[in-house]
Amino acid sequence: MKYIDEYRDNALAAKILGQIRSSVTRPWTLMEVCGGQTHAIVKNGIDRLLPDELELVHGPGCPVCVTPLEMIDKAHAIAQRPEVIFCSFGDMLRVPGSEVDLLILKSRGADVRMVYSPMDCLRIARAHPEREVVFFAIGFETTAPANAMLAWQARAQGIPNLSLLVSQVLVPPAMELLLSTPGNRVQGFLGPGHVCTVAGYREYEKIAEKYSVPIVVTGFEPLDILQGILMAVRQLESGRATVENHYPRVVRRDGNPAARERVAEVFEPCDRAWRGVGIIPQSGLRLNADFRAFDAEHRFGVEAIHTQESTVCISGQILRGIKKPHDCPAFGSTCTPEHPLGATMVSAEGACAAYYAYGRYLQSSPGAQASCLGREAAG
Amino acid sequence: MCLAIPGKIIELRTDADGVRMARATFGGIVKEVCLEFTPEAKVDDYILVHVGFALNTVDEEEAKQTFELLRELGQLDELDIPELSS
Ligand code: SF4
Repeated sequence: MKYIDEYRDNALAAKILGQIRSSVTRPWTLMEVCGGQTHAIVKNGIDRLLPDELELVHGPGCPVCVTPLEMIDKAHAIAQRPEVIFCSFGDMLRVPGSEVDLLILKSRGADVRMVYSPMDCLRIARAHPEREVVFFAIGFETTAPANAMLAWQARAQGIPNLSLLVSQVLVPPAMELLLSTPGNRVQGFLGPGHVCTVAGYREYEKIAEKYSVPIVVTGFEPLDILQGILMAVRQLESGRATVENHYPRVVRRDGNPAARERVAEVFEPCDRAWRGVGIIPQSGLRLNADFRAFDAEHRFGVEAIHTQESTVCISGQILRGIKKPHDCPAFGSTCTPEHPLGATMVSAEGACAAYYAYGRYLQSSPGAQASCLGREAAG
Repeated sequence: MCLAIPGKIIELRTDADGVRMARATFGGIVKEVCLEFTPEAKVDDYILVHVGFALNTVDEEEAKQTFELLRELGQLDELDIPELSS
């Protein structure tokens, strides 16, 4: 109970933990989908407070982590063009591509700018009509409405020198891929609260039913996570598999309709590669025919760039819950947050960076060993 | 990077392109926020903001709790990115 003193409400945390312990009768494996949850779980040692029967595996919950290397190389190819002002969220600047990262390109003279909001690109494009402004539009469902609004405004205002390099991904298809992979170990999910704020959870209801897997939508406050785990365990133990919303103060079943409408106006579903995982059918969004003129891949002819991923980095298996960061030989030695080899080390929400930040590089957990051997897949 | 940060609306306005905007404070740091997806939001409301867009309105307690949590997790860095002047 090393960490429990630090909870906002220790008594309540202890109570929920007690309920989890008394509910569990056999081994279960749960996955938290959201990288913010991963970060909170590792920081608060939630995984270590749980009974041995319960294992948490860390999902693909960070758009920075899953942006494919190929897309990063495309970004680099575009950013190096002299006429281009390349705009990106700060998190993407240090993500290694095949050779460099955006910060290195910037130090070599490329005009790379960090923006807070995609809308900042409109102002930059207007201020520099002689330049080409390109925005690196990455993200999950949470970011899609903002990126859609940028494309929508660019078209509405007729801004010709603005385009988007789109690497937008969707959570439910990745969960489906995981569940349908032979040897899958995940039996229940903590659903991503902020993603569902936008997208709602109707899609998750279909998954819960089709794969008989409980999904509890929750936040990333430790008590919410604990409560989410308890609800998922209770479903598993009683043979139920539905979506429960433990975050109703933020998430509604239909999400944010205005945001979803704008996304649907601008984007269409497409197959998309996830870093370390490969192509997941219909797991991405791209600009639809009405907005294709604003597609940077097309505008700068970088569609043909194809790249190989590192052979050392096992982030793909980590993102699928098969391995844990300390199973990677590079973890904490040749791969650190200062010199990341793979994307799960770059972003604070990446499982490798979270383990590193909270001193998890010293020991290997028994759960991770079991995961390497491949525990029996159930359900 | 897909966590939304709670802020409090201090001023509403419409920008030159007709986009509904607000100025919101995040623990003292003031930022421009687009309100196109939360048309119901008004001054003194708490909103969950992601990359400059309000995704939802929340109550004060939820907002404060979430903000504290993000601070503990070191997830407030994006607030330090300077805004561009128009
Ligand atoms: S420690 Fe580095 S190299 Fe190993 S899986 Fe994580 S990101 Fe990849």
